[in-house]
Amino acid sequence: MNALRDPQLLRLLGGVLAVLVISSVITRVLVARAGPAGPSPAIANLAARVRAWWVMVIVFALALLTGGTGSVVLFALMSFMALREFITLTPTRPADHLALFAAFFLVLPFQYVLVGIGWYGLFAVFVPVYAFVAIPILAAVGGDVSHYLERTAKIQWGLMVCVYFLSHVPAILMLEIPGYAGQNAKLLLFLVLVGQSSDVLQYVWGKLLGRRKVAPVLSPSKTWEGLIGGVLSASGLGAALWWATPFPWWGAALFALLITLMGFFGGLVMSAIKRDRGVKDYGALIEGHGGMMDRIDSLCFSAPVFFHLVRHFFVP
Amino acid sequence: MNLRPLLASFVRVLCGVRPLPATALPARGPCVFFANHSSHLDFAVLWAALPPAWRERTRPVAGRDYWEKTALHHAVACGLFRAVLIERKKPTVACNPLTAMSAALAAGDSLIVFPEGTRGDGLAVGEFKPGLHHLARAHPAVPLVPVFLANLNRIMPKGRALPVPLIAAVHPGAPLGAVADEGKEAFLARARAALIALHPS
Repeated sequence: MNALRDPQLLRLLGGVLAVLVISSVITRVLVARAGPAGPSPAIANLAARVRAWWVMVIVFALALLTGGTGSVVLFALMSFMALREFITLTPTRPADHLALFAAFFLVLPFQYVLVGIGWYGLFAVFVPVYAFVAIPILAAVGGDVSHYLERTAKIQWGLMVCVYFLSHVPAILMLEIPGYAGQNAKLLLFLVLVGQSSDVLQYVWGKLLGRRKVAPVLSPSKTWEGLIGGVLSASGLGAALWWATPFPWWGAALFALLITLMGFFGGLVMSAIKRDRGVKDYGALIEGHGGMMDRIDSLCFSAPVFFHLVRHFFVP
Repeated sequence: MNLRPLLASFVRVLCGVRPLPATALPARGPCVFFANHSSHLDFAVLWAALPPAWRERTRPVAGRDYWEKTALHHAVACGLFRAVLIERKKPTVACNPLTAMSAALAAGDSLIVFPEGTRGDGLAVGEFKPGLHHLARAHPAVPLVPVFLANLNRIMPKGRALPVPLIAAVHPGAPLGAVADEGKEAFLARARAALIALHPS
Protein backbone atom coordinates (compact mmCIF):
# COMPACT_ATOMS: atom_id res chain seq x y z
CA MET A 1 0.00 0.00 0.00
CA ASN A 2 1.46 3.33 -0.98
CA ALA A 3 -0.32 5.87 1.16
CA LEU A 4 1.25 8.76 -0.74
CA ARG A 5 -0.69 7.76 -3.87
CA ASP A 6 -4.11 7.96 -2.18
CA PRO A 7 -5.45 11.44 -3.00
CA GLN A 8 -8.22 11.16 -0.39
CA LEU A 9 -5.70 10.52 2.40
CA LEU A 10 -3.59 13.46 1.25
CA ARG A 11 -6.75 15.64 1.13
CA LEU A 12 -7.58 14.68 4.74
CA LEU A 13 -4.06 15.48 5.91
CA GLY A 14 -4.11 18.72 3.92
CA GLY A 15 -7.33 19.68 5.69
CA VAL A 16 -5.72 19.06 9.09
CA LEU A 17 -2.75 21.17 8.02
CA ALA A 18 -5.06 24.02 6.95
CA VAL A 19 -6.85 23.94 10.33
CA LEU A 20 -3.47 24.06 12.09
CA VAL A 21 -2.30 27.04 10.03
CA ILE A 22 -5.54 28.91 10.79
CA SER A 23 -5.23 28.07 14.53
CA SER A 24 -1.64 29.32 14.55
CA VAL A 25 -2.66 32.59 12.89
CA ILE A 26 -5.53 33.09 15.36
CA THR A 27 -3.30 32.45 18.39
CA ARG A 28 -0.63 34.79 16.95
CA VAL A 29 -3.27 37.53 16.67
CA LEU A 30 -4.53 36.86 20.21
CA VAL A 31 -0.98 36.96 21.61
CA ALA A 32 -0.17 40.15 19.65
CA ARG A 33 -3.40 41.83 20.87
CA ALA A 34 -2.45 41.09 24.48
CA GLY A 35 0.18 43.85 24.28
CA PRO A 36 3.41 44.25 26.22
CA ALA A 37 1.95 42.82 29.45
CA GLY A 38 1.92 39.41 27.77
CA PRO A 39 -0.99 37.10 27.09
CA SER A 40 -3.35 35.83 29.79
CA PRO A 41 -2.67 32.30 31.12
CA ALA A 42 -5.57 30.96 29.02
CA ILE A 43 -4.09 32.39 25.81
CA ALA A 44 -0.57 31.26 26.69
CA ASN A 45 -1.95 27.76 27.29
CA LEU A 46 -3.79 27.92 23.95
CA ALA A 47 -0.57 28.91 22.15
CA ALA A 48 1.31 26.05 23.86
CA ARG A 49 -1.43 23.61 22.87
CA VAL A 50 -1.32 24.72 19.23
CA ARG A 51 2.49 24.38 19.17
CA ALA A 52 2.19 20.87 20.60
CA TRP A 53 -0.50 20.02 18.02
CA TRP A 54 1.98 20.84 15.24
CA VAL A 55 4.44 18.30 16.61
CA MET A 56 1.76 15.66 17.19
CA VAL A 57 0.23 16.10 13.73
CA ILE A 58 3.59 15.95 11.95
CA VAL A 59 4.66 12.81 13.83
CA PHE A 60 1.28 11.16 13.28
CA ALA A 61 1.13 12.09 9.58
CA LEU A 62 4.64 10.76 8.94
CA ALA A 63 3.77 7.50 10.70
CA LEU A 64 0.55 7.15 8.70
CA LEU A 65 2.29 7.83 5.39
CA THR A 66 4.85 5.05 5.99
CA GLY A 67 1.97 2.60 5.83
CA GLY A 68 1.42 -0.05 8.50
CA THR A 69 4.74 -0.33 10.30
CA GLY A 70 5.12 3.35 11.20
CA SER A 71 1.63 3.52 12.71
CA VAL A 72 2.12 0.32 14.73
CA VAL A 73 5.47 1.55 16.09
CA LEU A 74 4.05 5.01 16.90
CA PHE A 75 1.10 3.59 18.84
CA ALA A 76 3.38 1.11 20.60
CA LEU A 77 5.50 4.04 21.80
CA MET A 78 2.37 5.95 22.85
CA SER A 79 1.20 2.90 24.82
CA PHE A 80 4.62 2.69 26.44
CA MET A 81 4.51 6.32 27.57
CA ALA A 82 0.89 6.09 28.72
CA LEU A 83 1.54 2.90 30.72
CA ARG A 84 4.61 4.52 32.22
CA GLU A 85 2.52 7.48 33.40
CA PHE A 86 -0.28 5.22 34.64
CA ILE A 87 1.93 2.86 36.67
CA THR A 88 3.97 5.76 38.07
CA LEU A 89 0.76 7.12 39.61
CA THR A 90 -0.23 3.69 40.88
CA PRO A 91 1.19 2.54 44.20
CA THR A 92 3.00 -0.74 43.53
CA ARG A 93 5.33 -2.66 45.84
CA PRO A 94 8.78 -4.18 45.31
CA ALA A 95 7.19 -7.63 44.89
CA ASP A 96 5.46 -6.39 41.72
CA HIS A 97 8.77 -5.74 39.99
CA LEU A 98 8.71 -8.85 37.79
CA ALA A 99 5.04 -8.38 36.86
CA LEU A 100 5.73 -4.78 35.87
CA PHE A 101 8.78 -5.74 33.86
CA ALA A 102 6.67 -8.30 31.97
CA ALA A 103 3.91 -5.73 31.38
CA PHE A 104 6.32 -3.21 29.83
CA PHE A 105 8.76 -5.42 27.96
CA LEU A 106 6.81 -8.57 27.06
CA VAL A 107 3.06 -7.91 26.97
CA LEU A 108 3.21 -4.45 25.38
CA PRO A 109 5.60 -5.25 22.49
CA PHE A 110 3.93 -8.61 21.81
CA GLN A 111 0.47 -7.05 21.56
CA TYR A 112 1.76 -4.66 18.90
CA VAL A 113 3.62 -7.45 17.07
CA LEU A 114 0.23 -9.18 16.81
CA VAL A 115 -1.23 -5.97 15.35
CA GLY A 116 1.71 -5.70 12.95
CA ILE A 117 1.37 -9.27 11.61
CA GLY A 118 -2.43 -9.00 11.61
CA TRP A 119 -3.16 -12.07 13.79
CA TYR A 120 -6.64 -11.02 14.85
CA GLY A 121 -7.53 -14.12 16.88
CA LEU A 122 -4.63 -13.79 19.31
CA PHE A 123 -4.69 -9.97 19.26
CA ALA A 124 -8.25 -10.01 20.61
CA VAL A 125 -7.51 -12.36 23.54
CA PHE A 126 -3.81 -11.99 24.33
CA VAL A 127 -4.12 -9.31 27.05
CA PRO A 128 -7.49 -10.31 28.58
CA VAL A 129 -6.58 -14.03 28.70
CA TYR A 130 -2.85 -14.68 28.68
CA ALA A 131 -1.51 -11.47 30.23
CA PHE A 132 -4.27 -11.50 32.86
CA VAL A 133 -3.29 -15.04 33.81
CA ALA A 134 0.44 -14.32 33.85
CA ILE A 135 0.48 -10.97 35.68
CA PRO A 136 -1.26 -12.16 38.90
CA ILE A 137 0.98 -15.24 38.93
CA LEU A 138 4.13 -13.12 38.70
CA ALA A 139 2.81 -10.77 41.40
CA ALA A 140 1.91 -13.72 43.66
CA VAL A 141 5.33 -15.30 43.19
CA GLY A 142 6.72 -12.03 44.59
CA GLY A 143 5.29 -13.22 47.93
CA ASP A 144 3.89 -9.92 49.26
CA VAL A 145 0.19 -10.19 50.14
CA SER A 146 -0.39 -6.64 51.34
CA HIS A 147 -3.03 -5.02 49.06
CA TYR A 148 -2.41 -7.87 46.61
CA LEU A 149 -5.79 -7.66 44.86
CA GLU A 150 -5.63 -3.85 44.53
CA ARG A 151 -2.07 -3.88 43.19
CA THR A 152 -2.76 -6.60 40.66
CA ALA A 153 -6.06 -5.05 39.57
CA LYS A 154 -4.32 -1.73 38.97
CA ILE A 155 -1.54 -3.23 36.87
CA GLN A 156 -4.10 -5.17 34.83
CA TRP A 157 -6.27 -2.10 34.35
CA GLY A 158 -3.25 -0.09 33.22
CA LEU A 159 -2.49 -2.78 30.64
CA MET A 160 -6.11 -2.86 29.54
CA VAL A 161 -6.44 0.90 28.97
CA CYS A 162 -2.94 1.91 27.90
CA VAL A 163 -2.02 -1.14 25.81
CA TYR A 164 -5.03 -3.26 24.88
CA PHE A 165 -7.53 -0.47 24.20
CA LEU A 166 -5.03 1.79 22.44
CA SER A 167 -3.72 -1.04 20.24
CA HIS A 168 -7.16 -1.09 18.59
CA VAL A 169 -6.28 2.15 16.78
CA PRO A 170 -3.53 0.66 14.53
CA ALA A 171 -5.50 -2.61 14.49
CA ILE A 172 -7.92 -0.81 12.16
CA LEU A 173 -5.26 -1.39 9.49
CA MET A 174 -5.93 -5.16 9.62
CA LEU A 175 -9.67 -4.95 8.94
CA GLU A 176 -10.53 -6.49 5.58
CA ILE A 177 -13.43 -4.36 4.37
CA PRO A 178 -14.72 -5.32 0.90
CA GLY A 179 -14.08 -2.57 -1.66
CA TYR A 180 -11.83 -0.68 0.78
CA ALA A 181 -8.61 -2.72 0.49
CA GLY A 182 -5.41 -0.75 1.02
CA GLN A 183 -7.34 2.32 2.21
CA ASN A 184 -7.58 1.56 5.95
CA ALA A 185 -5.18 4.37 6.85
CA LYS A 186 -8.05 6.76 6.10
CA LEU A 187 -10.32 4.91 8.53
CA LEU A 188 -7.62 5.16 11.21
CA LEU A 189 -7.33 8.86 10.47
CA PHE A 190 -11.14 9.20 10.64
CA LEU A 191 -11.18 7.75 14.18
CA VAL A 192 -8.29 9.90 15.41
CA LEU A 193 -9.49 13.04 13.62
CA VAL A 194 -13.07 12.84 14.90
CA GLY A 195 -11.96 11.88 18.43
CA GLN A 196 -9.33 14.60 18.77
CA SER A 197 -11.57 17.23 17.09
CA SER A 198 -14.27 16.35 19.58
CA ASP A 199 -11.83 17.05 22.44
CA VAL A 200 -10.76 20.35 20.87
CA LEU A 201 -14.33 21.42 19.95
CA GLN A 202 -15.61 20.57 23.45
CA TYR A 203 -12.82 22.78 24.81
CA VAL A 204 -13.64 25.62 22.36
CA TRP A 205 -17.43 25.48 22.90
CA GLY A 206 -16.85 25.24 26.65
CA LYS A 207 -14.60 28.32 26.64
CA LEU A 208 -17.08 30.28 24.49
CA LEU A 209 -20.42 29.33 26.05
CA GLY A 210 -19.69 27.06 29.02
CA ARG A 211 -21.92 27.75 32.05
CA ARG A 212 -23.35 24.58 33.57
CA LYS A 213 -20.83 22.00 34.80
CA VAL A 214 -21.54 18.47 33.66
CA ALA A 215 -19.32 16.63 36.16
CA PRO A 216 -18.13 19.13 38.78
CA VAL A 217 -16.41 16.51 40.93
CA LEU A 218 -14.64 14.57 38.18
CA SER A 219 -13.70 17.25 35.71
CA PRO A 220 -14.56 20.84 36.71
CA SER A 221 -13.69 22.26 33.28
CA LYS A 222 -16.27 20.17 31.39
CA THR A 223 -19.62 21.89 30.76
CA TRP A 224 -22.93 20.85 29.19
CA GLU A 225 -22.52 23.58 26.57
CA GLY A 226 -19.04 22.32 25.68
CA LEU A 227 -20.19 18.70 25.62
CA ILE A 228 -23.27 19.25 23.41
CA GLY A 229 -21.53 21.74 21.10
CA GLY A 230 -18.43 19.53 20.79
CA VAL A 231 -20.32 16.28 20.24
CA LEU A 232 -22.66 17.78 17.63
CA SER A 233 -19.95 19.65 15.70
CA ALA A 234 -17.51 16.69 15.76
CA SER A 235 -20.31 14.36 14.61
CA GLY A 236 -21.06 16.85 11.81
CA LEU A 237 -17.38 16.80 10.89
CA GLY A 238 -17.47 12.99 10.82
CA ALA A 239 -20.51 13.01 8.54
CA ALA A 240 -18.78 15.51 6.25
CA LEU A 241 -15.82 13.11 5.93
CA TRP A 242 -17.98 10.13 4.83
CA TRP A 243 -16.27 10.11 1.41
CA ALA A 244 -13.03 8.92 3.02
CA THR A 245 -14.72 6.01 4.85
CA PRO A 246 -16.45 2.79 3.74
CA PHE A 247 -19.70 4.13 5.33
CA PRO A 248 -22.68 6.00 3.88
CA TRP A 249 -22.94 9.58 5.19
CA TRP A 250 -25.38 8.67 7.96
CA GLY A 251 -23.16 5.75 8.96
CA ALA A 252 -20.19 8.09 9.23
CA ALA A 253 -22.33 10.44 11.36
CA LEU A 254 -23.41 7.61 13.69
CA PHE A 255 -19.84 6.31 14.04
CA ALA A 256 -18.62 9.86 14.71
CA LEU A 257 -21.31 10.25 17.40
CA LEU A 258 -20.17 6.97 18.94
CA ILE A 259 -16.51 8.08 18.86
CA THR A 260 -17.26 11.44 20.49
CA LEU A 261 -19.47 9.96 23.23
CA MET A 262 -17.06 7.13 24.07
CA GLY A 263 -14.25 9.70 24.02
CA PHE A 264 -16.10 11.97 26.43
CA PHE A 265 -16.74 9.13 28.87
CA GLY A 266 -13.16 7.92 28.46
CA GLY A 267 -11.92 11.35 29.49
CA LEU A 268 -14.28 11.24 32.47
CA VAL A 269 -13.06 7.80 33.61
CA MET A 270 -9.40 8.77 33.33
CA SER A 271 -10.16 12.00 35.23
CA ALA A 272 -11.75 9.96 38.01
CA ILE A 273 -8.49 8.02 38.37
CA LYS A 274 -6.48 11.26 38.45
CA ARG A 275 -8.74 12.76 41.16
CA ASP A 276 -8.48 9.52 43.12
CA ARG A 277 -4.68 9.82 43.03
CA GLY A 278 -4.81 13.57 43.76
CA VAL A 279 -3.16 14.85 40.57
CA LYS A 280 -4.30 17.17 37.77
CA ASP A 281 -2.35 15.66 34.88
CA TYR A 282 -0.80 12.25 34.20
CA GLY A 283 2.51 13.86 33.27
CA ALA A 284 4.19 16.84 31.63
CA LEU A 285 5.28 15.26 28.35
CA ILE A 286 3.25 17.44 25.96
CA GLU A 287 3.41 21.18 26.59
CA GLY A 288 -0.01 22.66 27.47
CA HIS A 289 -1.72 19.26 27.33
CA GLY A 290 -0.21 17.38 30.28
CA GLY A 291 0.98 13.82 29.78
CA MET A 292 0.44 11.29 27.02
CA MET A 293 -2.51 9.79 28.92
CA ASP A 294 -4.21 13.21 29.13
CA ARG A 295 -4.11 13.47 25.33
CA ILE A 296 -5.22 9.93 24.44
CA ASP A 297 -7.74 9.12 27.18
CA SER A 298 -10.65 9.68 24.77
CA LEU A 299 -9.00 7.56 22.06
CA CYS A 300 -8.45 4.64 24.45
CA PHE A 301 -12.17 4.25 25.04
CA SER A 302 -13.46 4.99 21.55
CA ALA A 303 -10.97 2.80 19.62
CA PRO A 304 -12.02 -0.70 20.79
CA VAL A 305 -15.76 -0.01 20.41
CA PHE A 306 -15.26 1.60 17.00
CA PHE A 307 -13.02 -1.28 15.88
CA HIS A 308 -15.44 -4.01 16.86
CA LEU A 309 -18.56 -2.31 15.52
CA VAL A 310 -16.87 -1.64 12.17
CA ARG A 311 -15.69 -5.25 12.12
CA HIS A 312 -19.20 -6.51 12.98
CA PHE A 313 -21.04 -4.48 10.35
CA PHE A 314 -18.50 -4.11 7.53
CA VAL A 315 -16.22 -7.16 7.59
CA PRO A 316 -17.94 -10.27 6.24
CA MET B 1 35.08 12.29 22.86
CA ASN B 2 33.06 13.49 25.81
CA LEU B 3 30.31 10.93 26.39
CA ARG B 4 28.95 12.64 29.48
CA PRO B 5 26.24 14.86 27.87
CA LEU B 6 25.02 11.85 25.88
CA LEU B 7 25.02 9.69 29.01
CA ALA B 8 23.08 12.36 30.92
CA SER B 9 20.42 12.52 28.18
CA PHE B 10 20.18 8.73 28.11
CA VAL B 11 19.67 8.55 31.89
CA ARG B 12 17.02 11.28 31.76
CA VAL B 13 15.09 9.50 28.98
CA LEU B 14 15.40 6.11 30.70
CA CYS B 15 14.03 7.44 33.98
CA GLY B 16 11.73 10.16 32.62
CA VAL B 17 13.54 12.82 34.66
CA ARG B 18 13.21 16.47 33.70
CA PRO B 19 16.33 18.68 33.90
CA LEU B 20 16.48 20.89 36.99
CA PRO B 21 16.36 24.64 36.36
CA ALA B 22 19.42 26.50 37.70
CA THR B 23 17.03 28.51 39.93
CA ALA B 24 16.29 25.36 41.96
CA LEU B 25 19.93 25.22 43.10
CA PRO B 26 22.21 27.55 45.11
CA ALA B 27 23.58 30.55 43.19
CA ARG B 28 26.98 28.91 42.82
CA GLY B 29 28.95 25.85 43.83
CA PRO B 30 30.54 24.03 45.36
CA CYS B 31 27.90 22.43 47.53
CA VAL B 32 27.07 19.01 48.93
CA PHE B 33 23.92 17.34 47.62
CA PHE B 34 22.64 14.69 50.01
CA ALA B 35 19.90 12.31 48.89
CA ASN B 36 17.93 9.22 49.85
CA HIS B 37 19.37 5.98 48.49
CA SER B 38 17.41 3.00 47.15
CA SER B 39 18.85 2.22 43.73
CA HIS B 40 22.06 2.02 41.74
CA LEU B 41 20.52 4.64 39.48
CA ASP B 42 20.29 7.26 42.26
CA PHE B 43 23.57 9.06 41.71
CA ALA B 44 23.30 8.85 37.92
CA VAL B 45 19.81 10.35 37.95
CA LEU B 46 20.69 13.21 40.32
CA TRP B 47 23.80 13.92 38.27
CA ALA B 48 21.91 13.77 34.94
CA ALA B 49 19.19 16.14 36.18
CA LEU B 50 21.70 18.89 37.07
CA PRO B 51 22.17 21.81 34.65
CA PRO B 52 25.19 21.12 32.35
CA ALA B 53 27.56 23.56 34.10
CA TRP B 54 26.75 22.00 37.49
CA ARG B 55 27.03 18.49 36.09
CA GLU B 56 30.60 19.05 34.93
CA ARG B 57 31.60 20.12 38.44
CA THR B 58 29.69 17.55 40.52
CA ARG B 59 31.16 14.23 41.66
CA PRO B 60 29.29 11.36 43.34
CA VAL B 61 30.83 9.90 46.49
CA ALA B 62 30.77 6.09 46.39
CA GLY B 63 32.01 3.08 48.33
CA ARG B 64 35.43 1.88 47.20
CA ASP B 65 34.60 -1.73 48.15
CA TYR B 66 31.75 -1.87 45.62
CA TRP B 67 33.09 0.23 42.77
CA GLU B 68 36.50 -1.39 42.61
CA LYS B 69 35.08 -4.92 42.30
CA THR B 70 35.93 -5.17 38.60
CA ALA B 71 37.73 -3.05 36.01
CA LEU B 72 34.34 -2.20 34.48
CA HIS B 73 32.91 -0.99 37.80
CA HIS B 74 35.99 1.16 38.23
CA ALA B 75 35.85 2.57 34.69
CA VAL B 76 32.18 3.54 35.10
CA ALA B 77 32.67 5.12 38.52
CA CYS B 78 35.93 6.95 37.91
CA GLY B 79 36.04 7.37 34.14
CA LEU B 80 32.46 8.38 33.41
CA PHE B 81 31.21 9.88 36.66
CA ARG B 82 34.52 11.03 38.18
CA ALA B 83 33.39 9.46 41.44
CA VAL B 84 35.18 10.16 44.72
CA LEU B 85 35.75 6.65 46.07
CA ILE B 86 35.86 6.33 49.84
CA GLU B 87 36.51 3.57 52.36
CA ARG B 88 33.19 2.47 53.91
CA LYS B 89 34.17 -0.58 55.94
CA LYS B 90 37.34 0.26 57.90
CA PRO B 91 38.32 3.90 57.60
CA THR B 92 41.78 4.61 58.98
CA VAL B 93 43.82 7.76 59.25
CA ALA B 94 45.55 6.84 56.00
CA CYS B 95 42.28 6.46 54.10
CA ASN B 96 39.99 8.89 55.90
CA PRO B 97 36.88 9.41 53.71
CA LEU B 98 36.83 13.07 54.73
CA THR B 99 40.24 13.75 53.15
CA ALA B 100 39.16 12.77 49.65
CA MET B 101 35.86 14.68 49.92
CA SER B 102 37.58 17.79 51.28
CA ALA B 103 40.08 17.73 48.42
CA ALA B 104 37.23 17.63 45.86
CA LEU B 105 35.40 20.52 47.56
CA ALA B 106 38.63 22.52 47.78
CA ALA B 107 39.10 22.03 44.03
CA GLY B 108 35.69 23.63 43.51
CA ASP B 109 33.73 20.44 42.79
CA SER B 110 30.34 19.71 44.34
CA LEU B 111 29.59 16.31 45.86
CA ILE B 112 26.66 13.89 45.81
CA VAL B 113 26.47 11.88 49.03
CA PHE B 114 24.01 9.30 50.37
CA PRO B 115 24.12 9.68 54.15
CA GLU B 116 22.19 6.44 54.74
CA GLY B 117 25.47 4.77 53.73
CA THR B 118 23.78 2.01 51.74
CA ARG B 119 20.70 1.39 49.62
CA GLY B 120 17.44 0.97 51.53
CA ASP B 121 14.17 -0.60 50.37
CA GLY B 122 12.94 2.82 49.27
CA LEU B 123 9.82 2.64 51.47
CA ALA B 124 11.41 4.74 54.23
CA VAL B 125 14.53 6.89 54.55
CA GLY B 126 17.00 5.14 56.85
CA GLU B 127 19.00 6.65 59.72
CA PHE B 128 21.93 8.83 58.63
CA LYS B 129 25.54 7.79 59.22
CA PRO B 130 27.72 10.39 60.98
CA GLY B 131 29.77 11.16 57.86
CA LEU B 132 27.51 14.04 56.85
CA HIS B 133 28.11 15.67 60.23
CA HIS B 134 31.88 15.39 59.88
CA LEU B 135 31.63 16.90 56.40
CA ALA B 136 29.44 19.78 57.60
CA ARG B 137 31.79 20.53 60.50
CA ALA B 138 34.84 20.51 58.23
CA HIS B 139 33.22 22.80 55.64
CA PRO B 140 30.81 25.17 57.41
CA ALA B 141 30.66 27.52 54.38
CA VAL B 142 29.61 24.84 51.89
CA PRO B 143 25.79 24.63 51.51
CA LEU B 144 24.23 21.22 52.24
CA VAL B 145 21.37 20.72 49.79
CA PRO B 146 18.81 17.95 50.46
CA VAL B 147 17.57 16.24 47.29
CA PHE B 148 14.68 13.78 47.43
CA LEU B 149 14.76 11.11 44.71
CA ALA B 150 11.29 9.71 44.04
CA ASN B 151 10.36 6.38 42.43
CA LEU B 152 13.88 5.10 41.81
CA ASN B 153 13.27 2.22 44.21
CA ARG B 154 10.47 1.22 41.83
CA ILE B 155 12.57 1.60 38.67
CA MET B 156 15.50 -0.51 39.82
CA PRO B 157 15.22 -1.63 43.44
CA LYS B 158 18.05 -3.18 45.39
CA GLY B 159 18.82 -6.69 44.22
CA ARG B 160 17.11 -6.37 40.81
CA ALA B 161 18.99 -6.22 37.54
CA LEU B 162 16.00 -5.44 35.29
CA PRO B 163 14.66 -1.87 35.24
CA VAL B 164 10.96 -0.99 35.07
CA PRO B 165 10.63 2.25 33.08
CA LEU B 166 8.61 4.40 35.47
CA ILE B 167 8.96 8.18 35.79
CA ALA B 168 11.45 9.29 38.45
CA ALA B 169 11.55 12.75 39.98
CA VAL B 170 14.33 14.83 41.53
CA HIS B 171 13.16 17.27 44.22
CA PRO B 172 15.92 19.60 45.54
CA GLY B 173 15.24 21.60 48.70
CA ALA B 174 16.65 24.71 50.34
CA PRO B 175 20.17 24.34 51.83
CA LEU B 176 20.30 23.34 55.50
CA GLY B 177 21.13 26.12 57.93
CA ALA B 178 24.75 26.16 59.12
CA VAL B 179 25.72 23.40 61.50
CA ALA B 180 25.36 24.84 64.99
CA ASP B 181 26.42 23.52 68.38
CA GLU B 182 23.48 21.16 68.21
CA GLY B 183 25.52 17.98 68.47
CA LYS B 184 25.85 15.13 66.03
CA GLU B 185 22.55 13.36 66.69
CA ALA B 186 20.46 16.53 66.50
CA PHE B 187 22.18 17.66 63.29
CA LEU B 188 21.69 14.30 61.58
CA ALA B 189 18.05 14.23 62.64
CA ARG B 190 17.56 17.75 61.25
CA ALA B 191 19.19 16.84 57.95
CA ARG B 192 17.10 13.68 57.65
CA ALA B 193 13.88 15.57 58.45
CA ALA B 194 14.73 18.18 55.78
CA LEU B 195 15.12 15.38 53.23
CA ILE B 196 11.93 13.57 54.22
CA ALA B 197 10.00 16.86 54.08
CA LEU B 198 10.68 16.94 50.32
CA HIS B 199 8.71 13.71 49.78
CA PRO B 200 6.18 14.66 47.10
CA SER B 201 3.02 13.13 48.62
